[in-house]
Amino acid sequence: MLSSRHLLGLEGMSKEEIQLILDTATSFKKVLERPIPKVPTLRGTTVANLFFEPSTRTRISFELAEKRLSADLVNFSASTSSVLKGETLRDTARNIEAMKVDMVVIRHSSPGAAHFLANCLDSAIINAGDGAHEHPTQALLDMLTLRERFGTLAGLKVLIVGDIEHSRVARSNIYGLNTMGAEVAICGPATLLPVEIEHLGVKVYHNLDEILSQVQVVNVLRIQLERQGKGLFPSLREYRQLFGITAERFKRVGRELVIMHPGPINRGVEIDSEVADLLAGGGEIRNVE
Amino acid sequence: MKPRQNSFLFKNGLIFNTANSQFEKGDILVVEGRIEKVGTIPSEDFVGSIIDLQEKYVAPGFVDMHVHLREPGREDEETIESGVAAAMAGGFTTVCCMPNTEPPIDNRGMVEFIKKKAKNLLVAVHPIGAVTKGRRGEELAEMGDMLDAGAVAFSDDGLPVASSELMRRALEYSKMFDIPIIDHCEDLSLSEGRSMNESFTSTQLGVYGIPSVAENIVVARDLMLAAYTGGHVHIAHVSTKDAVAMIREAKKRGVRVTCEVTPHHFVLTDEVVKSFDTNTKVNPPLRSQADVEAILQGLQDGTIDVIVSDHAPHSIEEKQVEFDVAPFGLIGMETSFGLIVKHLLEPKVLTPAQVIEKIVLNPARILKLGSKDLTPGNPADFTVFDMDSEWTVDVNRFKSKSRNCPFDGWQLRGMIHGVFNKGQWWSESLSSTKKI
Repeated sequence: MLSSRHLLGLEGMSKEEIQLILDTATSFKKVLERPIPKVPTLRGTTVANLFFEPSTRTRISFELAEKRLSADLVNFSASTSSVLKGETLRDTARNIEAMKVDMVVIRHSSPGAAHFLANCLDSAIINAGDGAHEHPTQALLDMLTLRERFGTLAGLKVLIVGDIEHSRVARSNIYGLNTMGAEVAICGPATLLPVEIEHLGVKVYHNLDEILSQVQVVNVLRIQLERQGKGLFPSLREYRQLFGITAERFKRVGRELVIMHPGPINRGVEIDSEVADLLAGGGEIRNVE
Repeated sequence: MKPRQNSFLFKNGLIFNTANSQFEKGDILVVEGRIEKVGTIPSEDFVGSIIDLQEKYVAPGFVDMHVHLREPGREDEETIESGVAAAMAGGFTTVCCMPNTEPPIDNRGMVEFIKKKAKNLLVAVHPIGAVTKGRRGEELAEMGDMLDAGAVAFSDDGLPVASSELMRRALEYSKMFDIPIIDHCEDLSLSEGRSMNESFTSTQLGVYGIPSVAENIVVARDLMLAAYTGGHVHIAHVSTKDAVAMIREAKKRGVRVTCEVTPHHFVLTDEVVKSFDTNTKVNPPLRSQADVEAILQGLQDGTIDVIVSDHAPHSIEEKQVEFDVAPFGLIGMETSFGLIVKHLLEPKVLTPAQVIEKIVLNPARILKLGSKDLTPGNPADFTVFDMDSEWTVDVNRFKSKSRNCPFDGWQLRGMIHGVFNKGQWWSESLSSTKKI
């Protein structure tokens, strides 16, 4: 049983709970192979997808899942924050809840936005990404991919490369993988690693080649192009030189290395096109949202 | 004794004697707002109001030298009148209001406006004028004129005096009047767009953190400028262990520096931000346990002179938003004393006499408010309290117009039973009898 009716984050979620979610996902995956890929699990349940940040993959992913589970759904997209919009998040959410919504999926640029809704609404809340805090469903998906590939997550050596500071995907992956017994290392420029990150139980590297040779999995984070010019790193060119999964680096490893990317990919920056294309063909990013 | 106007006889108090820092059993006779006699005073011949203090403590009226009263500009959040009511409930008979109102208190007219609004209220409200015109950090405001109108110090609080050149000039200029510049120490280039302390907790939460160096850098600069100019700098709301250490060291060198801390910075750590409760969003941010311990040490050894609430009212709609878009600030006048008793007196960090120094005598000395001694001839200005009653914080019972307090539901100790100032007595628990 899950201990909460919400899915706000993977921090604090137990191994058994994560296991249960992954097992359930595995069984649902078989549904997709049926002639009619749909089950009545959520029939009569209304879900509101509140997307306060632009999103393609996550939104489609949720919508498809809801439809395949037979839920009724409404979509709400607003690209501006509550302050600019003039209506508070609380009011927006309460208005929608007044229309008898059972579940709210929220994507928002503010950390804690999903917790905020959980505190002021009666609906079950699913966090589809809150600022740089958590993105639990992405991490669950990543763990599902890895479990399918390796059979177990225990003892798996996973490296997360890139902009950890601004990444909710990184945090949720660290929380989840640690709980499942994987060994997590992170690598990136010192300016893009949050302070005391090592206390989350990860090993910190700044030399990509050094750690790349020791891991089975690399999760490559997107470098948001707008970070350039903010003084966090000198140039995308240098970023690629030091932290990019280049074709040469990939070849140099000389053995199997599972590479994942939560997307969208900046080809030629954090990952070379050549490597990215290999992946798409090889299936490692099949479970990407 | 012949009948006189406005006479009060306070019986059976434990009265603080500033000369020996002891509470002494006795009565206080107040006539026309002044203390006429302290000691054993028979009530037989007395005509006026008699209040039995039931052996409660009496100290010179508490001073909160750092509050935001929001008037003019945000009267929906607080007014001078509601702020004064909150001050009385918190035991304060003197408050100093910061100039970040709209428009700001940066000229004589604004100082006079505040003074006039507060004139007939029990609490003395002393405006702190802006250091710079419009708090824009560009040119000095008319300090001399504001001082003449009743301002007691200068600060651009809410913002630092960012330019070192201007801070130098402010310290030089205010030195002529022997008045402190109160600086809110924050290097804005290190804090912009950030919402909490930078720490392991901010890393966990994905909330962008304000590093403690943002405060330390400006404290270091201010100490150097104070040493260089000989001016008096008062560091507002110290929150980091390094700032405490630097101030301690500067005091040893004879730099004219004083400083203050808030109860929330010695009671809470950034761990509480995990709730994403926007009432824990405050500037400077709640820091680490090590910072809290350094502050307690600084309070104990006298590095930290004053305890202030930094009472900062915000409306519910402003605070009931996502954490990173909520404004900084929490209200504290009504919980300040209870937190001090529970977290400083009970664990014996400070003695009652030290607490009185930090909430009465030191601020009065720093701001030159005059003698606060409870001796004949002085204005009758005192607070009646106990140090053992337990009570539960209920924000809905606050006199303040705002509710942004992270201590709702907390069990505190030490209650305020009444305040006397400007010839007025206010109490919700002690009854008075009129003798004619």
